[in-house]
Amino acid sequence: MTAKIELIGVKKRFGSKVVLDGVNLVIEKQSSTVIIGGSGTGKSVTIKCILGILTPDEGTILIDGVDVTRLRGAARDPVMRKFGMLFQGAALFDSLPVWENVAFGLIQGRGMARAAAKKIAIEKLAKVGLGEDVAYLSPSELSGGMQKRVGLARAIAADPEIIFFDEPTTGLDPIMADIINDLIVSTVRDVGATALSITHDMVSSRKISDRIAMLYQGKIIWDGPTAQIDQSGNEYVDQFIHGRAEGPIKMAVKA
Amino acid sequence: MNILAGIGRAILGLLADIGRLTAFTGRTLAACVSPPIYGRLIAIQILRIGYFSLPVVGLTAFFTGGALALQIYLGGNRYGAEAIVPQIVVLGITRELGPVIAGLMVAGRVAAAIAAEIGTMKVTEQIDALTTLATNPIKYLVVPRLIAAIVSMPILVGIADSIGVFGGYVVSTQSLGFTGSIYLKNTVDFATRQDINSGLIKAAVFGFIIALMGCYNGFNSKGGAQGVGAATTAAVVSSSILILAANYLLTSILFHT
Repeated sequence: MTAKIELIGVKKRFGSKVVLDGVNLVIEKQSSTVIIGGSGTGKSVTIKCILGILTPDEGTILIDGVDVTRLRGAARDPVMRKFGMLFQGAALFDSLPVWENVAFGLIQGRGMARAAAKKIAIEKLAKVGLGEDVAYLSPSELSGGMQKRVGLARAIAADPEIIFFDEPTTGLDPIMADIINDLIVSTVRDVGATALSITHDMVSSRKISDRIAMLYQGKIIWDGPTAQIDQSGNEYVDQFIHGRAEGPIKMAVKA
Repeated sequence: MNILAGIGRAILGLLADIGRLTAFTGRTLAACVSPPIYGRLIAIQILRIGYFSLPVVGLTAFFTGGALALQIYLGGNRYGAEAIVPQIVVLGITRELGPVIAGLMVAGRVAAAIAAEIGTMKVTEQIDALTTLATNPIKYLVVPRLIAAIVSMPILVGIADSIGVFGGYVVSTQSLGFTGSIYLKNTVDFATRQDINSGLIKAAVFGFIIALMGCYNGFNSKGGAQGVGAATTAAVVSSSILILAANYLLTSILFHT
């Protein structure tokens, strides 16, 4: 069976700093994979390379078996329509009301009429537990947790085949983080999507994933089922998932 | 040796900047001629760039026209040529001061606002979000601002020309003893179509520069609030310098000097 996403030897450097040094990763259809790793290890760069926001220096990225590594412009549009993304800071457009944020991809990306898109936006807001009254508010009037919910509603608005989650619980209190985790699990299941998340929150990782990969020094150093992470046999993974200062991973002070 | 290395780095940095700006301009111009064109966004930007700049441009033009009339009167007085005030005011305003003053005022107001807005969108990942929502950020953010500025600036300058001439008229008739009807007749008789058109052509070019530099600096802002602040300053400074340089070049071309 063809993998939904496949990264083969992906390399990316910024100046002299090597961020990705040959990343290999296979993500099966309708699976939920989390990439874990410390700050600055290249988790966000990996997702941005898949999304086409950054172009890898070397390597290949396949979506549904098709090489999309260097697709640009109109040729990339059909690929982009497969994606939904929840950003770390939600990245809501503060010039638009909540409903237009959620409906944005439908109106601008797919040319849907505003009235029809608004109806879908209100349905998706209800799916993440937000009432119609929220639809007319500005993003700046929402709490961090509500912004994440709106971001999630926007990510699933067009029923994407692949949803990316960038640090979905960062900056949230534990209860709101758990609510967002539950929403991620339920919405991904409902939409029938493949999910790829990046986080360093192990509680979140265990809850939302069925597979975990660890990125360290630009390479995937362990990849396996979530249930097996405690028996990974990898001292780097053990140090990271238990949050120990002592171990083989030495945190860089400078980015 | 360190000095040479520093000079080399500065030159390489400048060349890299010119290359990035050229590539950005190329992508923007390509996006201008391919669908979709966001008409609603262009209309909103015309309102923001053109309509909301009217008070500042109008006031500046009025006082510039008035000061110009005073200076021409005082200078002309030395040679007994005071009567030439209406002719030189209309020439100075339509050919040079109207477009340049309006361009600099709009650069300060609009290039800064564009750079701050797009810069904030960049550092809060809103531009990345546009990409993930199958929307080209250049088409959605840059093209509407560019078209709106190119359309708005000639209209603004046309109004600024009228108000500037009016400023000269008010000062001349109220303080310098000119007769209103004669002042206006001399103004209308002296101004040629080329004087006015040259100012409007300059205005369109200045509009292009203002929007392009605002968007370019916003798109290339880095870091947080400090990066957005630096992008805003760079947008105003670079667009102002380019406006003055383009003005010289356009004057040379349009008047074959």
